[in-house]
Amino acid sequence: MIDRNITTLEDSRLLDEVTRLKNEGYRLVTMSPVEVGDKLEIIYHFDKDFKTVNLRVQMDKNTPLQSISGIYFCAFLIENEIQDHFGVEFKDLVLSFGGHLYLDEEAGIRAPYCSMSIKQEDGGKK
Amino acid sequence: MAPTVIPFGPQHPVLPEPIHLTLTTKDEIVTEAVPQLGYIHRGLEKLADIKDFHQLVQVVERVCGICSCIHAATYAQAIEALMNIEVPPRAHLLRVIWSELHRVHSHLLWLGLFADGFGFESLFMQTWRIREKIMDVMEATAGNRVIISVNVIGGVRRDLSPEQCQWILSVLDDAEKEYKELGKVFLDDYSVQKRTRGQGVLTREKAYELGACGPTGRGSGIAQDVRQTGYSGYAMLDFEPVVENDGDSYARCKVRYREVLQSFDLIRQAINKLPEGEINVKVKGNPEGEVITRSEQPRGELLYYVRASGKKHLDRLRIRTPTFANIPPLLAMLPGTELANVPVVVLSIDPCISCTER
Repeated sequence: MIDRNITTLEDSRLLDEVTRLKNEGYRLVTMSPVEVGDKLEIIYHFDKDFKTVNLRVQMDKNTPLQSISGIYFCAFLIENEIQDHFGVEFKDLVLSFGGHLYLDEEAGIRAPYCSMSIKQEDGGKK
Repeated sequence: MAPTVIPFGPQHPVLPEPIHLTLTTKDEIVTEAVPQLGYIHRGLEKLADIKDFHQLVQVVERVCGICSCIHAATYAQAIEALMNIEVPPRAHLLRVIWSELHRVHSHLLWLGLFADGFGFESLFMQTWRIREKIMDVMEATAGNRVIISVNVIGGVRRDLSPEQCQWILSVLDDAEKEYKELGKVFLDDYSVQKRTRGQGVLTREKAYELGACGPTGRGSGIAQDVRQTGYSGYAMLDFEPVVENDGDSYARCKVRYREVLQSFDLIRQAINKLPEGEINVKVKGNPEGEVITRSEQPRGELLYYVRASGKKHLDRLRIRTPTFANIPPLLAMLPGTELANVPVVVLSIDPCISCTER
């Protein structure tokens, strides 16, 4: 199944739009985070009987991001994973592992979990 | 009596992979479950930074061994959409055949593990004996038993001869006959029902709200199977999603039992409709743009989000596996379960932690 329709949304409208989709019976499929410089772009994927809605929201990585786990409880796991991978913080997260969903707190390392940076080489040039 | 906190896993006799649940119990009844992940997180999405888009076929096959073929087919589907590649119809149906073989071996593996989980050792062995027939088919047609590596961008790398197709059909007939004998035990045996009926009940409303997918959702009455959208060669085949309404561990077992029979039927349909023609097309250039693809794995809906900017390396590869989606429903199933039945309920979602953590 191929899907290309992604609608861009202002972050201030996120909760209203997600609440509307919940009320209309949409299921939260997942969220796809993409790092774009200082911003974190999150694509929210929803589905209702194979009718899909994809919302693109760009947020500032340095300020706490708005959680939608109060509307869709299942978002808590996805948002915790994003916290681990990208070193960001969600506000209003119903169950937060504080950046330690994958990595044990005793390890003493804080997210982002993969702090190593990998550079692409294209034709021998970095 | 004060609540007791009990760690379940990461190493446990019924768990093939490490998941840790912190269970709060009162009088041996679970009142709360909290997951702890991270034992096999491999950073595979990050690996997309240094592997080119062709090499990533081999990477995504290793997200999960048991459903490797469907991971690769879904990823290939995304890249083919970005590059406007028209995959030959024969390749589409070959992908269906190998995907359904994967579904059969995955479900047989799970049915065996589930039987082992509720203490029915001979049922476990009989199930895995039948599974070996399917593994033989994969080895004979693809050269490997589990990670069969048949998918490439643009189609498949191996073909099936008419003799191989006839042989597969005869193996399926044989396997189906023996499998139906086991069905009498899985579905009617008193001890199986005693251990699974009424365990880990998830209502349809709760399952939908928590994003349950695959047999976990269909066992709760959600009639949704991504194959209904007709991706790859499924548009050429007739089938209805398998649905049960009780929402307990028995219902989830019954869905998987019936889905094996459905997969046998789909493989037969695909072989009978297999057209002549090419099995792949040459791929030129690099992908550009963004796309979301979905498919139905043995454990449920799989989603890939791919973004590319015309280079051989992708900008982003995002993978959402079905077990990741089924963890919140599992947390809702466990409260009210007796401690002794926790392994059966956990197994009933067919957890794949390699998939979940990637």
